[in-house]
Amino acid sequence: MAREVYEAIADGILGGGVYALMAAGLTLIFGVLDIINIAQGILVILGAYLSYVLSVHLHIDLFIGLAITIPVMFAIGVVIQWLFIRPLRGSERTSMTLLACYAVALIIEGILYAAFGPNFVTLNAWYTQPNASVKLFGFYIGDIYLFGFGLAIVAVVVLYLLLYRTTFGRAVRATMQDATAAALVGIEVNRVAALTFGIGVAVTAVGGMMYGATSGGFNPNSGYDLISRLLAIIILGGLGSIGGAMVAAIFMTTAEALVDIWQPNWAVAVFYLALVVVLVVRPTGLFGRQAVRAQ
Amino acid sequence: MTTGTQKAQVAGPAGVPSAGGGRLASPAARLTGLGLVAVVALIFPLVFTNATISNIAVQTVIFIAVASAWNIFSGYSGYLSLGHAVFFGTGAYAVGIIARDANVTGDTVFALLPLAGLIAALVAVPLGLVALRVRRHTFVVITIAFFFIAQLTASNLAITGGSSGLLAPVPNWTAATFNNPFYYAGLLIAAATVALSAVIRRSRFGLQLRAIRDDEDRAVGLGVRAMPVKLTALVISAFVCGLAGGLWFYFIGQAFPQFVFDPLFDLAIALMAFFGGLGTVAGPVLGALVLEPTQLYLTLKLTNDYLSEILLGAVFLVVILFLPRGVLPTAAELAGRQRARWQRRGDRL
Repeated sequence: MAREVYEAIADGILGGGVYALMAAGLTLIFGVLDIINIAQGILVILGAYLSYVLSVHLHIDLFIGLAITIPVMFAIGVVIQWLFIRPLRGSERTSMTLLACYAVALIIEGILYAAFGPNFVTLNAWYTQPNASVKLFGFYIGDIYLFGFGLAIVAVVVLYLLLYRTTFGRAVRATMQDATAAALVGIEVNRVAALTFGIGVAVTAVGGMMYGATSGGFNPNSGYDLISRLLAIIILGGLGSIGGAMVAAIFMTTAEALVDIWQPNWAVAVFYLALVVVLVVRPTGLFGRQAVRAQ
Repeated sequence: MTTGTQKAQVAGPAGVPSAGGGRLASPAARLTGLGLVAVVALIFPLVFTNATISNIAVQTVIFIAVASAWNIFSGYSGYLSLGHAVFFGTGAYAVGIIARDANVTGDTVFALLPLAGLIAALVAVPLGLVALRVRRHTFVVITIAFFFIAQLTASNLAITGGSSGLLAPVPNWTAATFNNPFYYAGLLIAAATVALSAVIRRSRFGLQLRAIRDDEDRAVGLGVRAMPVKLTALVISAFVCGLAGGLWFYFIGQAFPQFVFDPLFDLAIALMAFFGGLGTVAGPVLGALVLEPTQLYLTLKLTNDYLSEILLGAVFLVVILFLPRGVLPTAAELAGRQRARWQRRGDRL
């Protein structure tokens, strides 16, 4: 029993890294644009299908393929923001942007169904095979989990450096604090918004590749499962808090892996129950900067 | 209340096309229109006896009720709910479970509907107490979370039949007029909901809801007890959704977790309200009347599900980008402007 618990914790932490990355993109978009990108889930699946096409048809390694899929997803993000998010203004903006993202998600889902059908596919490479694993502290851990976790850490560090060590990052953080004031000191808020949306979506290329390689199969419908988890994570971590999203992601996946030992059917419910409990006690989420109620 | 509206109507032609300019037609014209709609709705299944058409009609009246109910909460209070399928599904399962365990069949199943509404309303109370503590994005996300919890619960409990779902009792009336009882039951629910929506909009309660939508903190400062007001609206909305869900279940004949708790349902009713005009009485009705038959027709014609999904998404984007306030408010504004133009021309002559 103790062994299973340790294994579950290891799985949770390793799997949580990828969710942390996807959630960081989502919460970054929220922080700068003040919108929830409901399409993030299906964009992850789109990223997974891009990796699938590259690896099956062009025989490009999954990790090397990211050099193609990351820029593509970035461009898709910028286009979505420019076409459908930017024009929305006014008092109903919160609902409008949310529904616009939902509509975009539906269209992408429909296109994926048309292109790939409802059958489940997986991403395969030598490191995704069940016997490709290393022994660490007496446990076997799949290579893909280790590689993916490493990649997620690299991506998070890059994101951190981008936000805290560059001029662009300073503009992003200024816009997060106060968009009007940022515009007044000469920051091009519209450009920052478009680029941030692009970056937030670009991380789904990494997330999608990892999800496709570790989830045991995905189809166009998998986006719903993903987005509901990601939403729970960013609310739990506190909207707009990147660090909070990471802690919440690892906490949630670990809790899910632990419950999965005893009650596999209810494991996913942990996500949502944790969310409800936290919001009853602390409506701002774990690391929320501002009171959600006062927004 | 009525006199106030009439005064505003009278004041309109006197020079200020203000508040009266927001109306599409005069009270007399409205009453005539309403009567016409009622007559058409009542004789519809007697004229169109084709089973396909009456099937679409049944689902349309059900969605008129649900979209109006959603609008009573989300449209008036500004709290966007993407979890109303929880109440719809609760109603469906309530009817299913009671009918199965108590061996209810035939006409008597209709008598279970108010009970289904009541159960959905009861479910809404704890959900509302948790979710209504937060606003905006967080509220939307919480409603989505509740939606997934409900779907998960329905697939894992023994009482709901798990993932194999529930079967409804088979109705015992003749095939020729099979859809009619469902149609009239749905029409009754829809008409009552629209009437309720109109009454609420004109009431003090409706004013409090709209004050919350415009600025909750200020409304609270002015003495609106926000929580009870929001919760009441949610419970009313859930009651209607439960009723409609129960009827829909008996009509369709089965309930599966993925089917009864469908994310597209939440999106569809929101789209109906946005299409016609969020926060108006007639908007969700118009939205349901246009969109539900279109969607059902397309599903019949195009055997591919994904095409109707792409279309739903595309229509939504078009509405949000080009008609953000909905068809009716935009039309009313255009009509008001036109009337003012004629007015000015009249003055000049």
